[in-house]
Parts: sequence; structure tokens; C-alpha cells
Amino acid sequence: MAKILVVTSGKGGVGKTTTTAALGAALAQAGKSVAVVDFDVGLRNLDLVMGAERRVVYDLINVVNGDAKLNQALIRDKRLDKLHLLPASQTRDKDALTDEGVARVMDELREKFDWVICDSPAGIERGATLAMRHADVAVVVTNPEVSSVRDSDRIIGLLDSKTLKAERGETMDKHLILTRYDPARADRGDMLKIEDVLEILSIPLLAIIPESMEVLRASNVGCPVTLNNPLCAPARAYTDAVRRLNGDAVPMSVPTDKKSFLDKLFTRRAA
Amino acid sequence: MSLLNMFNRRGSAPVARDRLQLILAHERAGVGGSDLVMVLREEILAVIAKHVEVNSDKVQIRLDRGQDMSTLDIDIELPLTAVTKAGPAKVKAAKLAAA
Repeated sequence: MAKILVVTSGKGGVGKTTTTAALGAALAQAGKSVAVVDFDVGLRNLDLVMGAERRVVYDLINVVNGDAKLNQALIRDKRLDKLHLLPASQTRDKDALTDEGVARVMDELREKFDWVICDSPAGIERGATLAMRHADVAVVVTNPEVSSVRDSDRIIGLLDSKTLKAERGETMDKHLILTRYDPARADRGDMLKIEDVLEILSIPLLAIIPESMEVLRASNVGCPVTLNNPLCAPARAYTDAVRRLNGDAVPMSVPTDKKSFLDKLFTRRAA
Repeated sequence: MSLLNMFNRRGSAPVARDRLQLILAHERAGVGGSDLVMVLREEILAVIAKHVEVNSDKVQIRLDRGQDMSTLDIDIELPLTAVTKAGPAKVKAAKLAAA
């Protein structure tokens, strides 16, 4: 029986899709069977970030409508046998997703995998509430930026009211992943500190993903960051997040990349 | 970034540009409603279903969209009852040059 995890944020562009791909790949790298599901109907991108865009035949809506079987729509990752993608539809609008259809697909996914990771669309409308509806665990992705923190607070409210778990009177297991964090700027007082964000949102911290070129580089080539360069700082942060999700006690840190003398010289000049 | 990467000027951005150009060309072609590969998929399946009872669980479709050529790969397991010769057979279609 799978655990269903939703990656959500409210605000767009904070790293939901990057996080979905990275957590999915890291779980598969740890030997778990994983399905990552794109709920962003009409604006799918998880396929592109995972490098499977050329291989999409069927999508979530086809499965929900019964036009395709789940195993026909799932795309197996070429690099990791245990990682599978269920893409979103690019053409049809999100009203095509019915509550019953999504419930049936999630039940079927739950039977087949150890982890099901749902990549939520931005916003607080139907797509976002459907993505979180069946979740057992929620990962809220936030930037250290006022608008992102405010939107995350809104999403936490929805996680506590609009999900099946909440409706059953249970509490949703919520975790924060803080992305694009720059310790130097936070130290200078130019960026919200981790403690500030945690105090405002008051949910436990799962990982701090440092601002890094490696994230863009990985999406450029269509490979989850934990797979593209497993030793880089963001990859280590995501790998630690996965170990924490699996119950290991891993001390919290902000991983950093060691910089060569030349790199230091150039970044200083750039700043 | 290592010293080695610094000399590797090409970087990942050209890969990103190529991937985007390819997938957007396919998506724009599909907006008119007739993604050739998708139409072929439906029609090939319909033709086969006319002659043999196809269990949709036993159909695997793979697709690889390329620059000049896309590959549509349809694997259909035909059950014993549907084939005159003994043993399940596999029908494979089709390599297509995309328009």
C-alpha cells in the first residue's frame, strides 16, 4: 500500500515540479517503487523536467475517463526502473477530471506502488484541491519570499479542511521544504531566515534546498536533480528529505557545494 | 562547478533549447486536432480489433517523438483463441516518418 504525498505551494514557480521529480527519483534510488503524477492539466511540465516528454502517449485524463488503462499510461523512467510518470493532459481543461475518476485512479496507484507523489498545480482551485484530496502526507514548497509564505499559509489551511483526511477528522501530516535559500543573503538580513518562515507557518521542516545552478542545469537536460548530479548541494538536500520521510533521523543542514578558487573569484565579481 | 565544467562552454542550455524546439513543434502540430501519430494509433487499433478480440490490458503502446521521425510501437498480445497457429503472437506496427 502506497503512501500518497502531495507537493503543493499555492504560488507558482517556487519549485513544486522540481521537488516532485527530485523526491520521486530519490525514493526510487532508495529502492522504493514510485509513481509521480502531474495534476497540472493544460500546463503539464513534469514530463519535461523528467525528460519523458517525447514518450507521452496517454495521460491522467485518459485514465480517469477509462480511455486507457493505468499501466498503459504510466511511463517508466529510462534511468530508474522503479520510477514511473503519469503525465497530465496538455489539451483538455481540468474540469475533465471527475472526483470519482480521480479516486479510482488513486486507489489503483495505491495498490501498485510504495509511494505516489502528486504534483499540484499552482493556485487554490480545483486542480490543486484534487491533487491534495487523497494525500496522506503533504510537502509544502516555499521560497523565502513574502508572497510565497503567505500563499503557503493559505494552502496549509486547505490541507486542514479540504482533504479526505481532514474530513475524516484526522490531521494531515504536513512538511515544509524551503527552496532557493541563500544562507549568505539571510545572514546579511536580506532574506527571510529559516526560523522566520518556520515560526510563521508552524509546520515541521523537511529540507532546505539551497539556491543552486544545478537545479536549472538538471531541468535543462530533463533529469531529476538527485539523478543528474547526486553529490551537488540540492541533490543532497532532497536525498536527506527522503530519508526523513522514510523515518530516519537525519540532522538538518543547508548543504553547500565546495567552490574552487576560480569559482569564488567569479561569483564575487558577479555579485 | 569544477574547473572542467568551466571549459565545457556548451553547458546544458543548448540541450534545453533543442528539447523545447522539438516538443513545441509536435505540440503546435497537434493543436489543429490531428496529431498524426495519435490518429494512427486509434486507427491501427481499430483495424486489429475488427479481426480479433483484443484485450486492452494486453496492448502496450510506446511512442518516441523525434526531429524528423517519430516511432510508434504498438505491442498487441493476441490470445491463443484469436490465432490459428499455436501460441500467442505479437503484432508490431509501425515506423513512421512524421509529416
